[in-house]
Amino acid sequence: MGISTESQFHVLAVDDSLIDRKLIERLLKTSSYQVTTVDSGTKALEFLGVHEDDQSNPDIPSVSPNTHQEVEVNLIITDYCMPGMTGYDLLRKIKESSSLRNIPVVIMSSENVPSRISRCLEEGAEEFFLKPVRLSDVNRLRPHIMKTKPKDQQEDKQENKEEELGKPEFQSREEKEEQQQQQQHHHLQHQHSNSNKRKALEEGLSPDRTRPRYNNGLTTVV
Amino acid sequence: MLVVALPRTALFLQALNIYYFNKGYLDEQFIQLEELEDDDNPNFVEEMVTTFYNNSARLLQNIEQALVSRPIDFTKLDNYMHRFKGSSSSIGATRVKKECTIFTEYCKKANAEGCIRTFLQVKQEHACLRRKLETYFQLGRQAAGPSANAGGQVG
Repeated sequence: MGISTESQFHVLAVDDSLIDRKLIERLLKTSSYQVTTVDSGTKALEFLGVHEDDQSNPDIPSVSPNTHQEVEVNLIITDYCMPGMTGYDLLRKIKESSSLRNIPVVIMSSENVPSRISRCLEEGAEEFFLKPVRLSDVNRLRPHIMKTKPKDQQEDKQENKEEELGKPEFQSREEKEEQQQQQQHHHLQHQHSNSNKRKALEEGLSPDRTRPRYNNGLTTVV
Repeated sequence: MLVVALPRTALFLQALNIYYFNKGYLDEQFIQLEELEDDDNPNFVEEMVTTFYNNSARLLQNIEQALVSRPIDFTKLDNYMHRFKGSSSSIGATRVKKECTIFTEYCKKANAEGCIRTFLQVKQEHACLRRKLETYFQLGRQAAGPSANAGGQVG
C-alpha cells in the first residue's frame, strides 16, 4: 500500500446501490485514490458544480467556476442502471459541459449488453466495467487519470506519453495474471465454471471492453 | 497451500471457505472482498455482508409484497430483483444469484407461478448463506482472539 508523496487523485463514484458504493470506495482507496461517493447522477452533477436548473437560463453559467475549483475531480466512475438519471445520461451531460468534458468517465454495469457498451464508448466513456468490479479493473483507471495531471507535471509526462499509453494494457494483463497467480497461491484454485466463463468473456470481449486509446483532444495544456 | 503454523480454528476456517467454494455458495468475488481487507479495514468483508443482509431484507419484502398484489406488476418485480441480484453478485453469493437469474426469466415471461416458486428458493438460499457466513465470521473472531497465538495442533 504505497502512500504517494504526490497529491492524491480524486475519484467521484456514482451508484445507487449502497453495497456497490462501499465496494468501489474500498477498491479505489486501496489503490490510493481519494474517493467521494454519491447515490445519483443528479447529486454527481451537483457535486461537480453543475446546476441543472440554471442550464436553461443563458445568463447563469451552467458551471460555477469557484465551486469547480474547490472540488477537483480526476475521474468519474458511474453505474449504468440508476433510477432517474442513468449513467449514460450522466455521461452525456458531462461531455456536453465545457468545463467537465475533459474529466474521464468510466461506466459500470452488471449486464453485458454489447450495444450498451458501444453506445457508452462512443459517447466518450473511457472504459466499461462489468460488475462486480475488481481490483484488476480499477488498475486500468490509472492511465486515464494520469492524463489529467496538473500542468507542470504534465510537461514532463508529455515525452513519455506515448510509452505510457502503450504500456497500460500490457501492465494490466500482467498484473491480472500476477493477481491470479497470487490467488492460486493463497487459495485453492477452484475450477468454477463462472471463473472460466468470466475469463473467456474478458478475453473475448477485450477489444470491446478496452477501447483503442484515442486522445479525445485531452492533450491540450490549459 | 495452507500455512502449517495456523491454529486449529483458523485451519478449520480455511477448510470451511474451501467447502463453501466447492459447494458453490460463494465465488471469487468473496475472495476479492477478503483481499481488500487490511489492517486499516480488518472487518471489511463482514461489514459488506452485514450491509447486504440489511439491504436485501427490505428488497425481499418489497418483492414479497409485489407478488401478493393483484395484478402483479412484473416490471416492478424485475426492478427489485435486478437490484437484489446485483448486491448478491457483489458479495459473491453464487447460489443466491443463480436463483435470481431463474426468477428474472420467469418475470420477463410474466409467469407468476414460476416467480412465486423461485422466490421461495431465493429466500432459502439467502437464509442458508446467512447462517453459513455467521458461522464463518464467528470462527474468524475466535481465530483472531487470544487462542490464535497458542500455536496450532494440526488436527
